[in-house]
Amino acid sequence: MAITSGTGTGPSTQPAARRSRRDARRFLSSPALIYLILVTQVPFALTIWLAFTNWNLLRPASAGFNGLGQIVRNFRRILTNPDFLLVIWNTIYLTVAVVLITFILGMLFAILLEKPFPGRALARTLLISPFLLMPVASAVLWKNLMLDPSFGLSAWAMQLFGLQSVYLVQEAPMLSIIAIVSWQWTPFVMLILLAGLQSLPADTREAAWLDGAGPVTMFRFIILPHLRRFIEIAVLLEVIFLLNIFGEIFVITSGGPGLQTTNLPYQIYLEAFSRWNLGTASTYGIVAIVLANLVIIAFIQVLRQKRKEMA
Amino acid sequence: MKRSRTQTILWSAGTLLAALLMFFPILWMALTSLKTESAAITFPPQFVFTPTLENWRAAVFNGPVIEFMQNTVIITVGATLLALLLGIPASYAMAFYRTRRTDSSMIWIMSTRMLPPAGVIVPLFILFRDLSLLDTHLGLILLFGAVNLPLVIWMVVGFMEDIPIALMEAARLDGAGLWQEFRSVLLPLLGPGLAATALLSFIFTWNEFFLAVNLTTRAASPLSVYVSTFKAAQGDLFIAKMSAVATATAIPVLLAGWFAQRKLVSGLTMGAVK
Repeated sequence: MAITSGTGTGPSTQPAARRSRRDARRFLSSPALIYLILVTQVPFALTIWLAFTNWNLLRPASAGFNGLGQIVRNFRRILTNPDFLLVIWNTIYLTVAVVLITFILGMLFAILLEKPFPGRALARTLLISPFLLMPVASAVLWKNLMLDPSFGLSAWAMQLFGLQSVYLVQEAPMLSIIAIVSWQWTPFVMLILLAGLQSLPADTREAAWLDGAGPVTMFRFIILPHLRRFIEIAVLLEVIFLLNIFGEIFVITSGGPGLQTTNLPYQIYLEAFSRWNLGTASTYGIVAIVLANLVIIAFIQVLRQKRKEMA
Repeated sequence: MKRSRTQTILWSAGTLLAALLMFFPILWMALTSLKTESAAITFPPQFVFTPTLENWRAAVFNGPVIEFMQNTVIITVGATLLALLLGIPASYAMAFYRTRRTDSSMIWIMSTRMLPPAGVIVPLFILFRDLSLLDTHLGLILLFGAVNLPLVIWMVVGFMEDIPIALMEAARLDGAGLWQEFRSVLLPLLGPGLAATALLSFIFTWNEFFLAVNLTTRAASPLSVYVSTFKAAQGDLFIAKMSAVATATAIPVLLAGWFAQRKLVSGLTMGAVK
């Protein structure tokens, strides 16, 4: 575990010849670092530059740096548009709802899988599968097979319970997306919490049990505090990736009806590739980067703390 | 603490049932791919039917799927190889030749993996257009190689730090050069870890959609772009054929994920959880 062990390797006293080789080998990381800088930081810098333009790809003459006034105008344009608040709200609502649902389900499955029983490997293998499936394939599968109002399994299930069949994707588009994304992301949370549960020393639990702790006390005072770091890591990572949800929305609702299910990535996509407003799309892009960085910084903080605890 | 026999059986049955429920949509997709088109849309749904491979023959082994599949394989393999090629030497330097800056570099590397793709899609599109990389395998390989690089570095550094230094010192005393040291000492020990890393990189690239759909039009589009065209009620295929295509795209990643299961957590959390 790179960040947690942190011990330098290689003996400290070395003959000069070996030290020079040591210096040379240190630079084996340079190609990767240079490559990453090129591929990730150049576009990032360009996003900022583009936010200073009023470039629309359909009007080639509109390209060009317009100065501070333009970025202010771009920000004012997106911030005063009522769509902006809706899009931000959708992004946060989708993320928070999925985190909550996946935590309840993920915790449940992690507890079920924690101790050995016949068939555990099979159960685990089945449970991780939704996360492995291509997100757009999941979306297609749920939209066209599971939730279809005339022949879908949901229609059949509703009939079993004597209910009128509805097309969930139409009746409750955002809820459908939340449900489908939660189905995909439950295994992610489950795996991290399972690793957390299994790292709890057996004698800690044994001792608490001998002291008369019941299942609820045990969970509240022994298991939950131990899981804290794992929960933090799972939440932050999940949020970082859920802020990018795109394929599911693209397939299931195309962001509609209206903008009801449009989140930030989908709005950027619309702005850039159906309206071709590269300037405003880049301004939205800056918002997305800032939002993501808030969570990324928190995640790095947790990693640093975890490392201190282990040191 | 020990569960009784009955409890174990109930626990086992309950968990397997719950797991099957979660897996059921995928199973249903696979079953639907084996039905005739008319059987696929009956109500109530048919749970027992005579399977046919007709959809697979018509939609998977013929038609455009083959081309998209080829694109996906070329892009995925290319990007994974590129990430390993740059990532393994970098991991070696970061695991065995640490400096004061190594930790900060590692964290910066990870943060690049977490940047929102939507935040940089416009400049990527412009760059790809100006460098003639739009709708090419090369463009996506170069890009996805960078996307997978942090994953490779974080996982491989973790595996390398588990290797006893004494083993490498011994090889060096025998006069082994860098390449020999890598081949005869590191590679045999890293084998399983590298395989898991490659599999995870493979899964993420295979499934990627956002960058692919915005940077390709048809010639270099991967399967995810083709599958997304089924969004329009039935696209150009009907339900059973659509299921066959979706199942075909799922099989490689499911197998890869099942094989890499033990390293999945450390891969998903960039080594933060082992």
